[in-house]
Amino acid sequence: MNGENKHLTHDNPFLPEPARIVRTYYLTEDVKFFQVRIVDMEKAHSFNYRPGQFAMISVVGAGEAPFSISSTPSRPGLLEFCIRKAGAVTNALFRMKENDLIGFRGPYGNGVPVEKMKDKDIIIVVGGLGAAPLRSVLLYSLDNRDQFRRISLLHGAKKPAEMIFREEFFALKQREDLECHLVVDEDDTGTWTENIGVVTTLFSLLKEIDPVNTYALVCGPPIMYKFVIKELVKLNIPKDQILMTLERRMKCGVGKCGHCAIDYIYTCLDGPVFTYWDVIHMRELI
Amino acid sequence: MRIIKLKKDNLSPFLEIISVEADLWAPVQKGDKHVFKVVDDFSKVELNTTRTILPPRKIFLPPTFSMFNISEKGYKEDLSHIKKRILFGIHPCDIHGLLILDNLFKQAYLDPYYLEARKNTLILGLSCWPDEYCFAKSTNTHIIEEGFDLFFTDLKDFFLVWIGSSQGDDLIRLKPELFDENLTDKDIQTYINWHTERDKAYKWSINFTVLPDLIELKYMDPLWEKLGNSCLACGSCTNVCPTCNCYNIMDKQFLGGKDGKMIRHWDACTLEEYSEVAGGENFRKKRSDRLKLWYTHKLQAYISKYGKPSCVGCGRCIATCPVDINVRTVGKALLGEEEDAFWVRLNMEVTK
Repeated sequence: MNGENKHLTHDNPFLPEPARIVRTYYLTEDVKFFQVRIVDMEKAHSFNYRPGQFAMISVVGAGEAPFSISSTPSRPGLLEFCIRKAGAVTNALFRMKENDLIGFRGPYGNGVPVEKMKDKDIIIVVGGLGAAPLRSVLLYSLDNRDQFRRISLLHGAKKPAEMIFREEFFALKQREDLECHLVVDEDDTGTWTENIGVVTTLFSLLKEIDPVNTYALVCGPPIMYKFVIKELVKLNIPKDQILMTLERRMKCGVGKCGHCAIDYIYTCLDGPVFTYWDVIHMRELI
Repeated sequence: MRIIKLKKDNLSPFLEIISVEADLWAPVQKGDKHVFKVVDDFSKVELNTTRTILPPRKIFLPPTFSMFNISEKGYKEDLSHIKKRILFGIHPCDIHGLLILDNLFKQAYLDPYYLEARKNTLILGLSCWPDEYCFAKSTNTHIIEEGFDLFFTDLKDFFLVWIGSSQGDDLIRLKPELFDENLTDKDIQTYINWHTERDKAYKWSINFTVLPDLIELKYMDPLWEKLGNSCLACGSCTNVCPTCNCYNIMDKQFLGGKDGKMIRHWDACTLEEYSEVAGGENFRKKRSDRLKLWYTHKLQAYISKYGKPSCVGCGRCIATCPVDINVRTVGKALLGEEEDAFWVRLNMEVTK
């Protein structure tokens, strides 16, 4: 279930690999975009991962934390992350500039089973920072467009200014092979041309779906799951084709430190992508 | 397995010889309890101990150690705390504890810190006699068939020495004249008698096979809330448990420079900050939820994965928890026996 490069470089799976920040800029007031490249060029280009996997990023002196990879393996060489300022590590990252060095190790976790999704419809539902991991799946499926059938994106944010990858998704709206619906809870700018409301209101905009041949992927704040899943179940999408990616405080990423344990599973090894069926049967998942 | 004899008086000379090139860790007295410590005075080695305060995992994964030295050049692996060691006097239950940790630290990714320490430590087991807390017979960890280099069964006047590995055999060969190759029928009978009496000496038992189902059935039972109300969330049960592995990491920078260390230290899932994620969301804010995790992990989840509990019956949680929350009281409460024993007693003490 783990990525192809089990150990990126070393026998010590905890050893961070030097990586350089290539670009960084603010996506919203408290979320920053980071484009990084592993310093060793050979490793940078041979590095492979699955959409939905995560990596551990470290800053000397501040520590290490897990982050979803927002880029797609179909565009190798650079890795992208969207990071919200939340603690010691992210505060240190926000102070860093382009060309600064960080530590990197990964990829970790199961990722999204893109092979199973071949020749199926895909509905991606994201709220807030939930777009960070699922952007990888979206870009991956668009880069391999002929492998999938319908692709839909439902993306919700509180306000226009808080919608991450806003410009990117607006540009994607022009594509005819993607159904893209954007929504904000409230428009404080007066210039928002898309939908207003919660993300579940977007389901009424979806054209009739073929539930048995549909995979739905959900990521967002804990509160969102409950309402979105209700809608997906109402659409008769099988519970094991509803995938969600979950947040836990991984300290090691390799199934040792115990922080992400739920029952007998480790989110870092067996997750962070789970089906709704898993969630029903594993207490505490959401 | 080759089994030989060692006279009691020959133990100290043997320990002295084998510890020339390695640190010898053995149980010694500390206050009215015992601890594993490096010994050079072999007369201080205690043969009649029950449990040490901390389990032997402290020797393999110290409470705090450095994983990496950090400098401007980056991270450099730090294995400086790992030395050649011989661990004498470890009981069967604690050896089983190490075998359980082995599963975890070898799963999916190899943990070099634990595995290097394991590789550099010879295990010299020692038989024991249960006290009122021990329940290793219930977990079937009162006997051991693997996981040791030598194992000493204490039969009063002599030891039966079971040679479990090639390295163990090498130790014997350092001074073979201390040992006696010839076991008599009487020796064997002495062992049988010892075994029978020892097995009878366990003062209590618990049926672990039914606990996974009971945890499932009683997952929402008010007993967890009651436990949570009594729990001090001090983490002591975790610190003394031979199978607890959780840890945290942090960077420690030296004053005035860019150099530092990445430190790994013991953590406990019963502590409040344990399950907190970015932004302050906490998946287990309640003490009852954290206790559920601890007990679900050991008495249910591990059983469903490996067919046995992640508990070796050492009795440390019973001897340690200040409010009497332990595998015995929780197990009995799940089984519906003596359900109120500990918190009723607690309430009585509070109202006294």
